[in-house]
Amino acid sequence: MIFQTFLLKYGEIGIKGKNRHLFEDALVRQVRYALRELEGEFRVHKSQARIYVDCEGDYDSDEVIGKLQTVFGLVGICPVVRKKDEGFEQLKKDVTAFVDEMYLDKNITFKVESRRSRKTYPLNSMEINRAVGEAVLEAFPEIRVDVHHPDVLLRIEVRNDIYIYSQIIPGPGGMPVGTNGKAMLLLSGGIDSPVAGYMIAKRGVGLEAAYFHAPPYTSERAKQKVVDLAKIVARYAGPIRLNVVNFTDIQLYIYDQCPHDELTIIMRRYMMKIAEHFAEESGCLGLITGESIGQVASQTMQSLAATNEVCTLPVYRPLIGFDKQEIVEVSEKIGTYETSIQPFEDCCTIFVAKHPVTKPSIKIIRRSEEKLADRIEELMKTAIDTAEIIEVR
Amino acid sequence: MDVYLDNSATTRAYEQVGDVVRKVMCEDFGNPSSMHYRGVDAEKYIKEAKETLAKLMKVQTKEIFFTSGGTEGDNLALIGSARANKRAGNHLITSSIEHPAILNTMRFLEEEEGFRVTYLPVDSYGRIKLEALKEALCKDTILVSVMYVNNEVGSVQPIMEAASMVKAYNKNILFHVDAVQGFGKYRIYPKKLKVDMVTASGHKIHGPKGTGFLYIGEHVKIKPIVFGGEQQKNIRSGTENVPGIAGLSLAASMIYENLDEKVEHMRCLKAHFIEEVTKIPQTTIHGLYDETSAPHIISVGFAGIRGEVLLHALEDKGICVSSGSACASNHPAISGVLKGIGTKKEYLDATLRFSMSEFTTREEIDYTLATLNELVPALRHYTRR
Repeated sequence: MIFQTFLLKYGEIGIKGKNRHLFEDALVRQVRYALRELEGEFRVHKSQARIYVDCEGDYDSDEVIGKLQTVFGLVGICPVVRKKDEGFEQLKKDVTAFVDEMYLDKNITFKVESRRSRKTYPLNSMEINRAVGEAVLEAFPEIRVDVHHPDVLLRIEVRNDIYIYSQIIPGPGGMPVGTNGKAMLLLSGGIDSPVAGYMIAKRGVGLEAAYFHAPPYTSERAKQKVVDLAKIVARYAGPIRLNVVNFTDIQLYIYDQCPHDELTIIMRRYMMKIAEHFAEESGCLGLITGESIGQVASQTMQSLAATNEVCTLPVYRPLIGFDKQEIVEVSEKIGTYETSIQPFEDCCTIFVAKHPVTKPSIKIIRRSEEKLADRIEELMKTAIDTAEIIEVR
Repeated sequence: MDVYLDNSATTRAYEQVGDVVRKVMCEDFGNPSSMHYRGVDAEKYIKEAKETLAKLMKVQTKEIFFTSGGTEGDNLALIGSARANKRAGNHLITSSIEHPAILNTMRFLEEEEGFRVTYLPVDSYGRIKLEALKEALCKDTILVSVMYVNNEVGSVQPIMEAASMVKAYNKNILFHVDAVQGFGKYRIYPKKLKVDMVTASGHKIHGPKGTGFLYIGEHVKIKPIVFGGEQQKNIRSGTENVPGIAGLSLAASMIYENLDEKVEHMRCLKAHFIEEVTKIPQTTIHGLYDETSAPHIISVGFAGIRGEVLLHALEDKGICVSSGSACASNHPAISGVLKGIGTKKEYLDATLRFSMSEFTTREEIDYTLATLNELVPALRHYTRR
C-alpha cells in the first residue's frame, strides 16, 4: 500500500494551555529534522490540532514511519491514503479499494468514522458513514459492521483532499525535544548512560554530553564506541555536543595520592565537577547520569550522596529505580545495546580496586581529597582546556 | 617517529604493486572470461601470475588457485579436501596453535560434517610434538594441516619431518600447510616438503588485501566450496580478482628478490631487539629466538602491564604493534597460543608482538627500545591493586 500522508497524533502537549503553540511548533520542527535526510519531499504542517506530513517524490513509507517513531511528543502515526476529491462515487471506490488492499482476510468487523472539515461537501458526516459502510459491505460479503468494538475503525476525513486511514502506529510519546531546555549527560561506553540520556530527552530536554577517557589505558576504539552511542541517542534527542575529556593525569594523580579503595569515588567526584563546568558554560540546567541504586560500589546510597555533594546543578538519574534487565530492555529497544556491549575498557574500570569502599563517608573522602590540593586545580583546568568537542548528529 | 612493527597483521604494499593494481583496475579492466581482446588481455595477467608463483614454488601452473586470501585458502583446502575424501576416512589432524582460519574450520568440520579432529599439543617453544602426530595417525586419517610459521610467537614447524612421517604411514593422507606467515620469508617447495596443499596470502608480503592463492597438488581430490561460473577449473568460481592477482604476483616476485639478505637483516634486528629488551626486568621472550624461529616475529611478555595499555602507550609515541595476535586482538580473550606453549600467568595478558618487514630499520628498533625503557617502568607503577 502506498501512503501519501502521515497524520501525527500528539498527547500531552495538547494540554499545555497557552503554551500549546510553542509545543506544536517544536514538534513540527522536530518532525522536519527527523525527515531531513530521507529521500523524497515532505511538507509538514499543522491544522486543527493535528500535524500532517504530505509526501512527494521517491520516498519509502517504512523509512518515514521509522524516522517518525524517533520524534518525542508523537503518540500515534497514521499512514493515510490521500486522494483528490473526484466526487462521492469515486470516494466510495477509493475506500473499498483501501479495505481490499489493507485487509487480506475480510472476515473482520468494521465501522466508518468520517470527519468533514470542508463544510461545503455535499454530504454530512453521518451520510458519508452510512453510504461508505454500505459500499464496503456490498463489496466484501464476509465483512460485518460492529459499531461498538470494530476490528477496524475506518477513518475518512474530507479536507481539500480526501484522507483515508485505519492504522495507528504507536509513537515514542514524551515531549518534543527543545521544549524543556537542555542537560549535560555523563556518557560512558556502558549500557546505562545512553538509556538515561534517552529518557531525559524524551521529556523534551536537549542533550550535551561529557565523556572521560584515559589514554593509553583506554583505546581510540573505546572513544569511537562512545561517539557511536551518542549518534544513536542523537536520532531521538537531536544533535549532541560531545565533550571528550582526557582524564588520565587526574586519574594517575588520585592514584598516587589517595587511598586506593577510594579511587573510584574520588574520580567520579571530579568527573561530576568537570561535567558541571561544561554544563554551566553552555547553559545546561542539570546533569544526567545512568546510575541505579546499588548496581555497583560507586552507586550505593552513600556513594551517590558522595558524588552528588560536589554539584550545585541538579543531577537527574532517570534509571535510579531500574533493575539491570529493565535497562537492557530499553537499550535494546532504542538500539544502543549492541554497541554498548562491545568489549572496550573504560576509564572507570582500569584501576578499580579489588574491594572499593561501598559506604564512603563524605568526611573521609574530603580529607583524602585534601592530599590533591597541590595540583588538582591545574590538572582540572588542563583537562577542561584540552577537551575535544565533537558535534554528533 | 612513525614505526610500524605490526607486519604480521598486514604490510604496506610495495609502490609498484599499487601502480600495477591501479593500472589493471582502470585500464586493463577486462573480464578474463570475455571473448574479446580485453578479456584476453586480462587473462594474460592471470597466466603470468600463475607462472610467477609456480616458478617460485617449483610447481606446475595448473596447481595454483587464486583466492581472496589466507582464510579462504584454508577453508577451501580443509573443507574441499575433507569432503572429497570422506569415503577414505573421517579423521583430521591439526595443531592446537593454528590460526583461527584453520581452527574454526576444523571445528565446523567436527560439529557440522561429522569429522573427528585431533589437535596436536606443542612444546614450550610452540612446535608440534612429532610423537603426538605419530600417535594420532590412524587408518581413518585423511588430512593433516600444520602451519609453517606461527603468527603469534613465530615458531617454525617441522613440516618436512611431519609430512614424511605422515606419508610413510599412508601416502594417501593429504598434508596441508598454512604458510600465510611463512611465504615470503622462506622458500617453500611443496614437492620437496612432500606436502599437497599450501595456503598463502597477498597482504602479508606487501601485496594487496583480499588476495592470496592455494597450491593444490594435481593429484589432490578436492571439491569446491563456492559455486558459480566455474572459473579456475570449477574449484573456485567467481570472476578472478585480476588487479589483485597482478599485485599479488608482483609482490611475491619482489619479496623473493635478495631474500637471503632481507632475512639476514631481520634476523640481526631481531637478535639486537631481544638482547636489549630482555635487559628490562621481568620480561620474557615467548618461543625460540635462535635461527630456528621466524626472522620477523618477536613475542615479548612484560609482567605487570596489560598488553593493551602498553600498546596504546607505544601508539602514542608513533609505534604500532599487536597484543597477542592482531586477528584475535579485538577479543579480550587470552591467547590460546600463549596458553598452549605453557606461558606463565603473569605474561598471558601482558604480551606484545613486534613483527618486522624488510623495511624495518635499526633506528626504528632502537627508538622502540628506548621508548619501551621509558614507558615500562612508568606503566608498572600504576596497576590494579
